[in-house]
Amino acid sequence: MLSKRIIACLDVRDGKLTKGIRFQGNMDIGDPVEAARIYYEQGIDEIVFYDITASSDGRNIMLEVVRRVAETIFIPFSVGGGIRSVEDMRAVILSGAEKVSVNSEAVKNPDIIDEGARAFGSQCVVLGMDVKKVAARPEIPSGYEIVIHGGRIYTGRDALQWAKEGERRGAGEICLNSIDTDGTQEGYENDLTCLVSAAVGIPVIASGGAGRPEHLYAVLTRGEADAALIASIVHYRTYSIGAMKEYLHERGVKVRREW
Amino acid sequence: MIGIIDYKAGNLTSVARALQYLGESWTVTADPRELARCDRIIFPGVGAAGEAMTNLRRLGMDTWLRECLAAGTPLLGICLGTQVIFSHSEENDTPCLGLAPGRVRRFPHGLREGERVLKIPHMGWNRVEFYRPHPVFAGLPVAAEYYFVHSFYPEPADTAHILGRTEYGLRFCSALAHRNLVAVQFHPEKSGAPGLRILANFCRWGGADAQ
Repeated sequence: MLSKRIIACLDVRDGKLTKGIRFQGNMDIGDPVEAARIYYEQGIDEIVFYDITASSDGRNIMLEVVRRVAETIFIPFSVGGGIRSVEDMRAVILSGAEKVSVNSEAVKNPDIIDEGARAFGSQCVVLGMDVKKVAARPEIPSGYEIVIHGGRIYTGRDALQWAKEGERRGAGEICLNSIDTDGTQEGYENDLTCLVSAAVGIPVIASGGAGRPEHLYAVLTRGEADAALIASIVHYRTYSIGAMKEYLHERGVKVRREW
Repeated sequence: MIGIIDYKAGNLTSVARALQYLGESWTVTADPRELARCDRIIFPGVGAAGEAMTNLRRLGMDTWLRECLAAGTPLLGICLGTQVIFSHSEENDTPCLGLAPGRVRRFPHGLREGERVLKIPHMGWNRVEFYRPHPVFAGLPVAAEYYFVHSFYPEPADTAHILGRTEYGLRFCSALAHRNLVAVQFHPEKSGAPGLRILANFCRWGGADAQ
């Protein structure tokens, strides 16, 4: 039986680790390679690096980070942020990442999903979605709208329809981030997660809101998520990865406990 | 020296990085002459069976792999590398290498575990239940899990070749062995310490089955 995955999200800027709270007020907390190594040794199932660097020099620094991570940890990891073309994807994958995540760029240019899946296989392409709850209206029937640029721009796209379109275009996985719960540490958006997870045939990673192990339990059961993304809860040593997995295991959620 | 077969099927550097970490010397090459100088061979790959077979034939690798197996060189198949070893794949109805009897099947739609409809690909960490000991899989914790990502699975015709099975709606063959061939559906290079252990064991294995 497949285990539910616990995935640590590391925000990187100019080759250093940050942790954004509601996408503002980031602060440096260290070396991403070292953080990846520690989490790997503590039993994390996967790691997501989110590159918030803007400059092209910064992109090269990130590729160097990816190369060093790939020499250090032997579990899957993905890289997102600033991926604008198949060539950007190729650079990240050849540097050693398993998967590449596209978010805002996929909204502006959906063909990047098809092109990425054709070039590297669906298993390499993660569709990242930032979602906000809104009043349901004809073009947003689910009441969840896709937002981009850290939640600043509303796109007029329905989250549920976008998830299905992403799958149809060849995304191998969806990373579903709720802007409403992100940074709150008060729990994931379980309703949204359940809605999307039930509607697509590809794995869904729930993101945004983990503060306590019971939040992971809720989203992996009631929310029907295949994986749960965590950040602050682990970055600030509130709970260890082992403790979270034990909590889930005791409640009947299958997780990887031997590493 | 370990030869990693390069046939343009995905990114092969992760296997090389794992060997590097283990302190093994390796070469990634599409040249049969260079591979022939290696003590052992890793046959990795991700992607589609059809394209893989086209590339393998173009490179003369179909013939070379057959000779390699006959010569007794230890050979490790990983993921797509494992699948194309068989006679046929349901992935676009592709005839494969036929180095081991059997076929590769697609996970059926609507596969269930209890109430839940299972997602395809089978992606993430899962166990392997081993049926018998084998030097390449020695010393692994029973509860260890391995990283999988695939929509097709091998079905050996000779069940004696099946070393281990994994449960995902059905119990598929996730590890097999036949003489100097071992093959896994999961990715040992991405499966943490137990995966590295398999690679390290393979690097010391002489090519004889335990049986």
